[in-house]
Amino acid sequence: MSIQPQMPRLWRRETKPHKFCPGCGHPLILKALAEAIDELGIADRTIFGCDIGCSLLSWDFFNLDTVQTHHGRTTPVMVGIKRARPELICIAYMGDGGGYAIGSQHLVNSAVRNENIMAVLANNTVYAMTGGQMAPTTMPDQKTETSPYGRNVKEAGNPTQGPEMVAAIASQDAYVARGTISKLGQLKNFFKKGLKNQMEGKGFSFIEALSACPTNWRTNAEETWNFIEKDMTKYYTVGEIKAPVQDKEG
Amino acid sequence: MEQKPIQGEKKVFMTGNETVAWAALAAKADIMYGYPITPQNEIMHYWTRLAPKHNRKFLQTEDEISAGFTTVGGVLSGKRAFTATSGPGNVLMQDSLSMAEMMRIPIVMVVTQRGGPSTATVIYSQQETTLTCFGGNGEGIRVVYSTASHQELFDYTIKAFNTAWKYRFPTFVLGDGYQSQMREPLKIYDPDEKGIEFVPAVAQLGVEGEAGVDRDPIHLRNTYNMEDELYEVVRGLVDDFKAVAPEIEEYREQDVDDCEILVVAHGIVSRAVEGAVQQLRREGIKAGSFRPITLRPFPEKHLRRNAEKARKMLIVESAEGQLRRLAADAIYGCQTPMEGLFRPGESITVEEVVQAVKGLL
Ligand SMILES: Cc1ncc(C[n+]2csc(CCOP(=O)(O)OP(=O)(O)O)c2C)c(N)n1
Ligand code: SF4
Ligand SMILES: [Mg+2]
Repeated sequence: MSIQPQMPRLWRRETKPHKFCPGCGHPLILKALAEAIDELGIADRTIFGCDIGCSLLSWDFFNLDTVQTHHGRTTPVMVGIKRARPELICIAYMGDGGGYAIGSQHLVNSAVRNENIMAVLANNTVYAMTGGQMAPTTMPDQKTETSPYGRNVKEAGNPTQGPEMVAAIASQDAYVARGTISKLGQLKNFFKKGLKNQMEGKGFSFIEALSACPTNWRTNAEETWNFIEKDMTKYYTVGEIKAPVQDKEG
Repeated sequence: MEQKPIQGEKKVFMTGNETVAWAALAAKADIMYGYPITPQNEIMHYWTRLAPKHNRKFLQTEDEISAGFTTVGGVLSGKRAFTATSGPGNVLMQDSLSMAEMMRIPIVMVVTQRGGPSTATVIYSQQETTLTCFGGNGEGIRVVYSTASHQELFDYTIKAFNTAWKYRFPTFVLGDGYQSQMREPLKIYDPDEKGIEFVPAVAQLGVEGEAGVDRDPIHLRNTYNMEDELYEVVRGLVDDFKAVAPEIEEYREQDVDDCEILVVAHGIVSRAVEGAVQQLRREGIKAGSFRPITLRPFPEKHLRRNAEKARKMLIVESAEGQLRRLAADAIYGCQTPMEGLFRPGESITVEEVVQAVKGLL
């Protein structure tokens, strides 16, 4: 019987401990992603791109060729690489600000063009790196530095439901899901399916992961988990949102 | 074997945009990323017609921000990638260009200047001089070739790919709407037959071997924690740029040996200036001209040498002193008076230059 290794092979020990705050959701998402890549055996051809936001702290996280880009621009950089070298597997990693606000045009248009890359977005309901401002994903009435009295949906609109939006415009072959750091096994499987979609040339995959930012939420461990598991899931449905037809039948 | 896009050498009569597309093909460009804007459009139009026949690629992006960053991606992956834009598109591309500057990503970009500020005209101007040389949050670590004819558009587009990959600085071909849209005779050729050797494109990501197994992973970043850490990187960039600048600098001078009035212009305006100098010489007036072909790095020493000998200088440009600032900075301390003939967004004729020089006598 073989023993399951504790850490994915892609986990680059030389750069650990990692740079994220204790209790942060980013490294959990990255661990699940690393396991998915390991299990698919595609590390030799995978390129990882990270955005500006706390995701940038992953620039030396993996045993993977990696590029840190500008805020919101990781998707086009990875699209550029994939178009030039289709044999590579390209992953764009970003926050909710990067993907749904400043870089939203790239997410929308990459989905429409069915770009054969996988975009992964950490939804922590805030702009974390810049100190906890309101993000597109900030929950109704949630207090942040720029919504100190709570998000007023009349003024700021409803929180962005990214995967639902992408699913509505993406090709029928696209793969779209929302996972959470409270179900890492499921999240890993979503990543695997998204990556397989890319390997098979079916096109765009988009996976949002509900994530935690205890630093900006100013929450302890229990409050953190309650927010992710109870509050966030009221608004953000976890599960597959669009899976290519064949997969659903199979 | 795949047929070469151009066999031998051919005399042609074509627009500047068509010329650029042929030059990029001849320069073995693998992929173009672009977004429509006048007067650049036909570079894409010709490229999209020619590229598939020669196994080259094209992506029309959602905007110029994306065109710039997809070009960055293409170059990082080791392909000869390029883009082209103008005016507001040039503004939007500066973010990706500053990334390219910082990370030594050799992107090639063709700028077909149009009138500004803002939307303004789609015709012609030299108002993107400062933007192209120094746009973005950085130090202007870029190579900028300012072309004046279709032959130069062809030659320098080819050269831009080699300069970019040899020195690993973002490299620009700075044209304008007139050069883009008018037709001119020129010779297009197969660079191999001319003995032009191509500097190979090298991947900065996705190289041989499995990261962490056969080799260390490549981790590219442009974020730094410490002032000193950043300073060291920028210092290195600046020093590298300065060290190779003399090799890259190009200029053209005419009748400068005994000239009293030195007229300075770049790009297409220099054609009017050179015509004016010829006419003035026929009238016995000692005029001469200096044209920087590279605006970055600027041929400082060569301008100074000429400026110091002259009695007066006249800067002529289709902008309000953008070239003048480059020139004044280059020859700082030189006592020769400097006058300007500035026509932002407007063309300048031989007669106007002749008049302006006579006004200085
Ligand atoms: C063009 C630009 N605008 C603004 C910023 C400042 N900035 C850095 S990170 C960030 C927000 C990041 O939030 P998000 O994408 O949600 O990532 P998180 O830090 O929450 O993981 C902003 C606005 C920037 N770097 N670049
Ligand atoms: S600020 Fe928040 S998102 Fe950023 S590293 Fe800390 S916990 Fe993670
Ligand atoms: Mg965020």
